[in-house]
Amino acid sequence: MKDIIIIGGGIIGCSIARELSRFSADILLLEKGNDVSVGTTKANSGIVHGGHDAYPNSKKAYYNVKGNAMFDQLSKELDFPFRRNGSMVLCFNEDLKCGLNDLLARGEQNGVKGLYIVDGDKAREMEPHLSKSVVAALVIPSGGIVSPYEMAVAYAENACTNGVEFRFLSEVTGLKKEDGIFTVTCADGYTEQAKVVVNAAGLFADEINNLICERKYQVQPRKGDYMLMDKSVGYLADHTLFQQPTKMGKGILVTPTTHGNILVGPTATDKLDKDDVNTTIEELGEAFAKALVSVPTLNKRTIITQFSGLRAHIPENDFVVEESEVEGFYNCLGIESPGLSAAPAIAVEVAGWVAEKLALKANANFVATRKAIPQFSHLSNIDRQKLIDQNPLYGNIVCRCEVVTEGEIVESIRRKPGAVDLDGVKRRTRAGMGRCQAGFCTPRIMEIIARELNLPLEEVTKRGGASQVVFGRTK
Amino acid sequence: MRKMNLVIVGGGPAGLAAAKAAYDCGERDILILEREAELGGILNQCIHNGFGLHTFKEELTGPEYAQRYIDQVVERGIEYRVNATVIDVSKDKVVTYVSAVDGLTQIQAKAIILACGCRERPRGGINIAGMRGAGVFSAGTAQKLVNIDGYMPGKECVILGSGDIGLIMARRMTFEGAKVKAVVELMPYSSGLNRNIVQCLNDFDIPLYFSHTVVDIKGKDRVTGVVVAPVDEKLAPIMDKAELIECDTLLLSVGLLPENELAKQGGVELSNVTGGAVVDENMMTNIDGVFECGNVLHVHDLVDFVSAESENAGKCAVAYINGLESCAEKIAINCTNGVRYCVPTQLNRDDNYQPLNFKMRVANVFKKVELAVFADGVKVFGKKRPVVAPGEMESINLTAEQVETLKKAQHIEITLIK
Repeated sequence: MKDIIIIGGGIIGCSIARELSRFSADILLLEKGNDVSVGTTKANSGIVHGGHDAYPNSKKAYYNVKGNAMFDQLSKELDFPFRRNGSMVLCFNEDLKCGLNDLLARGEQNGVKGLYIVDGDKAREMEPHLSKSVVAALVIPSGGIVSPYEMAVAYAENACTNGVEFRFLSEVTGLKKEDGIFTVTCADGYTEQAKVVVNAAGLFADEINNLICERKYQVQPRKGDYMLMDKSVGYLADHTLFQQPTKMGKGILVTPTTHGNILVGPTATDKLDKDDVNTTIEELGEAFAKALVSVPTLNKRTIITQFSGLRAHIPENDFVVEESEVEGFYNCLGIESPGLSAAPAIAVEVAGWVAEKLALKANANFVATRKAIPQFSHLSNIDRQKLIDQNPLYGNIVCRCEVVTEGEIVESIRRKPGAVDLDGVKRRTRAGMGRCQAGFCTPRIMEIIARELNLPLEEVTKRGGASQVVFGRTK
Repeated sequence: MRKMNLVIVGGGPAGLAAAKAAYDCGERDILILEREAELGGILNQCIHNGFGLHTFKEELTGPEYAQRYIDQVVERGIEYRVNATVIDVSKDKVVTYVSAVDGLTQIQAKAIILACGCRERPRGGINIAGMRGAGVFSAGTAQKLVNIDGYMPGKECVILGSGDIGLIMARRMTFEGAKVKAVVELMPYSSGLNRNIVQCLNDFDIPLYFSHTVVDIKGKDRVTGVVVAPVDEKLAPIMDKAELIECDTLLLSVGLLPENELAKQGGVELSNVTGGAVVDENMMTNIDGVFECGNVLHVHDLVDFVSAESENAGKCAVAYINGLESCAEKIAINCTNGVRYCVPTQLNRDDNYQPLNFKMRVANVFKKVELAVFADGVKVFGKKRPVVAPGEMESINLTAEQVETLKKAQHIEITLIK
């Protein structure tokens, strides 16, 4: 029997796992996919919101502002890409300028510090590629950007170091509580018991909740399409550029990523299917057209890829972070934007509740820090030489666009929890994420995965399941 | 820091030919840097025949063609490194490369020839919507998996784009037992060579749909089908005529892009049209002593032309090393009326009146036209063509006298007279 079972290996599950690993407890994390960060966490805007947008007194506002403040220290401790680049909310209409004052007031009520409003000329001074039609902007200096999947991986690795057990391909299908003990059953027949269960199942958190609680929830998957632009146009935006929400919707953002690309999106379309991440011509077109309103010089020719993600929206329109009606069963539900920004705060809060419930003692061996895989492309030539001297695999460049070495790829597979497929390697090392979009490096990375995991090449997948890349030998 | 006269970035057909020519002009201090495990470049995976008709007057496979040049480089004892990736070329011609054997190495070069080839335009570059499961490959990636690694990337394929690699892969996949259900081409004409359409599609009854495109990709984990729709004159898909073709693989042959990241780092001026460097008739870029040749300069139809162009680059690099000063004044070559680009992009205003070869591409299919070169409004050269197409590179040879006329002119124009 375990002390704690966490269901879900996204940013919420991984961050809770890490915060709980500060305590002496037997913790198991169950993830339906074959890796951490394979759902909503891997496909979102990667924004650390200031906290001006959520309604005052909501859980979204509370955890957002609290979480935002934790990123500087956290990103150092866990060594993941984060930059406080600041956000701007752009207003395009003189008549709507007063709306920025409302946003500013709301932000201050939420506890966001440093907000101010600038006129169009000042905004263009701060962001030279902004449209001439910008008449004013709300500046949120505390806004930031983060690499969401690298953050989740960092949390997971640190949790693993501190003793949390991860079990993948573990879709929870049964959950009951008898005599104060939870029994969790997975689709593959695996069963485990625990004193406490934390539901961090993202899009599927409603289904987990509904297995055990009277109070039912329904998650409404809400899709957002994105376009990622080449690093060569990374200069087009330094701040995260939001559009002022209007009756017509929340607008489209244009933001740099922590790796220097430009990201455009997301749209918002409600879907029936929690697996439906189909991008459409219409939505991509809509997103691009709207992005041009903010930054008119964006060029379609510089797009390197498109993707979409699903938000775990609930009609209640706020986070559910609580010990549920079933004692010892904790819900993190409806964690849509600003969920990524809020995750560090949610994790500390939930871990605190659970520790108190189980009267956990501190983990005397807790290690608070985790080092990222050395990133060859970011090192000085002297450090590059040192790395190659230590391990010649760092002298083999596999992904030429992002300058990723074999050393980094091998390390990403050997870490715990490690990459098991092409997308897992990509999220951890950026191999295949550049302008050629894995055209050259796919066969090489497949070979490395097959070698490291001792698999036949036919069993190497893009992202688990039936996503095999090749179908056996040629004639 | 090691000092060298000539560093050649890329050990494919362009780099090999440049090295050989430089050696034959007397240069001995040459280093070829190749990022793959073997010399030969992309030719190593082009196991079909059809190479070498111009250069060797016989029909070779890609690896055979490459081997001829590799042998010549080895016979001459030209130094090369494999598994060595150049990560930086600076404006003052310091080349930085990385390999497991040499570690990180910097070389101060007198001259640099960039011969790093091109890459394929990926799915993201053409904005195909849909799911993102496995099974979408650029044609060249599939070619490597089949021909080098010996694995089948699919059983039932649709190929988008009728570029040469796509056509070649249609035949290759068919040979290996896969079913190629369709080749879909956005334009009303193919960007590939006509001989490839005949030999790779027609001979195997593979349908080719012009003015069609892929508008959606189905399949969560692996491709299960693609939706194909005709396009109107503005190339916009006509969605109510869209049809699903079931398949497990989509191969993309939708264009090649010169790989000029190093050139950009080194301050080399690039052409908006070709994506390659702006060069003069010596294949020299705006940076003194930095040359470009092969597919990194502009995408060629035939490797034979790559070799010829690169031998010229090798020769000119040696002349530069030996003290030939570059000419400050350049005369731009203007391409008009359906001529998309010409290489060289400009001429030196000097008195070096050697015969010159110009390579060019047109923007559309034109019938019964004359390719003409004008100097200050006067026709210097004309060549009648029954048909020209974007997929077939045009080539013209100018005599020393014609070159002299051009080099003395204020305005040079290459145009199509229809």
